[in-house]
Amino acid sequence: MIRRPFFNLMRPKLKYPAIEDRVGDLTEVGLPARVTLLAGDCDIGSINLKVGTAVRTGEKLSVSDDVYIISTVTGTISAIGEYTGYLSQGYVSISIDVSGEDQWDDGTLFALKEPGFEVARDYLGCIPGKADFSSLLRSQPPVNTLVVTGVDQDLLVLTNQRMVLSEGLSAGIEYLKKVTRSGRVILAVGPGFSLVDVPGVDVLVVRPVYPGSLPAMIARDVLGADYIPGRSFQEMGIGFLGAEAVLSLSGLFDRGEFPVDKVITVIGKDGCTELVKARIGTSVKDILDVLGIETSHGDRVVLGGPMTGKAIYSEDVPILADTDAILVQDASQVVLSEDVQCVNCGECVRACPVGIPVNMLVRVLGCSLYEEAAEQYDLHGCIECGLCNYVCVARIPVFHHIMLGKQEHLKNLEGTHA
Amino acid sequence: MHNQKLFISSHAPFRHNGSSISSRSCDVILAALPAVIFGICQYGASALGVVAFSISCAMLWELLLNAAMKRSVSIGDGNAAVIGLLFAMLLPASAPWWTVVIGTFLAIVVGKQVYGGLGCNPFNPVLVAFAIVMLSWKGIVNFDEALVNYDLGFLMVYPLGAVKHFGASAALNYDFCDLLMGRQSGGIGATFGLGLMVGGIYLILRGSIRWEIALSFLLGVVVTAHLFHISDPDRYAGALFHLLTGYTLIGAFFLATEDSSSPVNFIPMLIYGACGGVLTILVRSIGSFVDGAVFAILMMNVANPLLDKIRPRAIGRV
Repeated sequence: MIRRPFFNLMRPKLKYPAIEDRVGDLTEVGLPARVTLLAGDCDIGSINLKVGTAVRTGEKLSVSDDVYIISTVTGTISAIGEYTGYLSQGYVSISIDVSGEDQWDDGTLFALKEPGFEVARDYLGCIPGKADFSSLLRSQPPVNTLVVTGVDQDLLVLTNQRMVLSEGLSAGIEYLKKVTRSGRVILAVGPGFSLVDVPGVDVLVVRPVYPGSLPAMIARDVLGADYIPGRSFQEMGIGFLGAEAVLSLSGLFDRGEFPVDKVITVIGKDGCTELVKARIGTSVKDILDVLGIETSHGDRVVLGGPMTGKAIYSEDVPILADTDAILVQDASQVVLSEDVQCVNCGECVRACPVGIPVNMLVRVLGCSLYEEAAEQYDLHGCIECGLCNYVCVARIPVFHHIMLGKQEHLKNLEGTHA
Repeated sequence: MHNQKLFISSHAPFRHNGSSISSRSCDVILAALPAVIFGICQYGASALGVVAFSISCAMLWELLLNAAMKRSVSIGDGNAAVIGLLFAMLLPASAPWWTVVIGTFLAIVVGKQVYGGLGCNPFNPVLVAFAIVMLSWKGIVNFDEALVNYDLGFLMVYPLGAVKHFGASAALNYDFCDLLMGRQSGGIGATFGLGLMVGGIYLILRGSIRWEIALSFLLGVVVTAHLFHISDPDRYAGALFHLLTGYTLIGAFFLATEDSSSPVNFIPMLIYGACGGVLTILVRSIGSFVDGAVFAILMMNVANPLLDKIRPRAIGRV
């Protein structure tokens, strides 16, 4: 844990880690005995898949009419269940027992011979690196600026930085332009990579202080005056894509390898980081076992980084295409929130990168006054960095209050419009 | 998912900078110690009695209220101890025991808990209690009357009272060095200017109080006192005199900066502090009370919610 300095006059300065030259440094997790894939936006009662179906690696599995997942292993579907994720988001979980070495699905490989708009929409919805092509391509009005993030959003995470060091980025960006037909591509990198030269791409150097590389902060730098907090990025005509997704495009169209692996930064209890490569859908337990990280009852395991990740309650939860990191904290390192009132010290207000009156916001949210929070106290302007929570003297779960408030307010709005 | 190994699940972030309410309270107590210990050395056992009794009473009231309101015990956060300590620092060493009992009751119950506890109080609890005590039992906080039996080897006339009644010439009887080093009559922990300043600077450096409030308060006092002084040098004492006497320093560093009753934005903090300083001198110079710091800060507490509306526009807000 980064402690508050003894003398404390300035805002907290949390620096992003800079990756050293670690190109060859990837631990392979190998093929697990079972993978679990999650599909959102569908109902378990009306899905097209059945237990016992044999699947091949890369096979497109239509979960419902417009939702699909790509199998990352060869084997048999062994279980279909429900999974409730962050903010009660429902998923259908599909477990596949691995039967042996990969047998590639010819249909997918044939369809992906040539890069194009339709194939991307139909096959690239689940490639690693926060690349939701289907929603990116469907967005109205179309996205005109694509930001490829070669920086990691959260502290301690190295996944995307590592990708910028890999070969094939410029080729991937060429394919990306073909696939998305968007004119402007921006590559956001950390200061160590300012000399990265990719033809036809603007390079944006991100300040290595948290939350400099959160999408909202990058969008603000890119869009300037047109940036409107609370709107979705796609509405503002800007799309975000991890460098890993771009790299997998080049691997796919250059070498015909469908991306089924994900690079993950594992942050151990001692704060040491390790980069691993694992099949999408591998359970967290399998990855921690390979690295020899032991966990016990009462520890904390987080998918994502220390500021914005999502805590999981069991090791059996799988890693997904957008999981950049796994953070393991010992029970003794866990700082729990407390149920007290805001003491109005103002630390959160001074820490907030977008100037939200967090002290007032947390009060009105505590009284469930979501309307007031949104109209007077900039609820939807929050860029979700968690710094207010990090500095909170009273240890109020401020970030949780805000996320819940956003969700409830939107729900209320939908209720009144319906 | 059949094993019993479960992890702690909570919302992000999963790091914290380690600050807490109790460590903040400890800081305030630590910062107040030089002035308090000096007061105890000066006035002896009776001062120690007042301080110790006030802290214990405040904590007991808090505990009683926790029990009565069926809330979790909150004396661990140290705020009750801070309130008790600061209240004792304002009192003269001769304060009778029942003043302390009533005063801490007023601070903890009327000043804080009726509003919902720490963080919900619109006024500084210490000042609410002290203002009520001051208005109800004038003799107890009239230092000339209260400390009449003490002779500590320096002029035992309360400096602010002297200039109020005898004009600016009375200020000449006091040496500024003596005032700074606490050789003046007054509250147990309110006279040792140097100790209060050291404590205040420590708190500012630690980030426990805001420099904006403390400095603008002092600036408000100095500028207003100086204006009064140049307008009529015979009636009004100089700026330095006002800075080092009464509750100016303890007010600037320990009372005006109370979190929940002071603003959090930059400009509001400056206005809050400066107006508090100006009001202090206005009460001292043309009001009927000898010291105005208590009422000035309480007045600004009232203005706090309104002042805090002056805030920078959140990014992108139209």
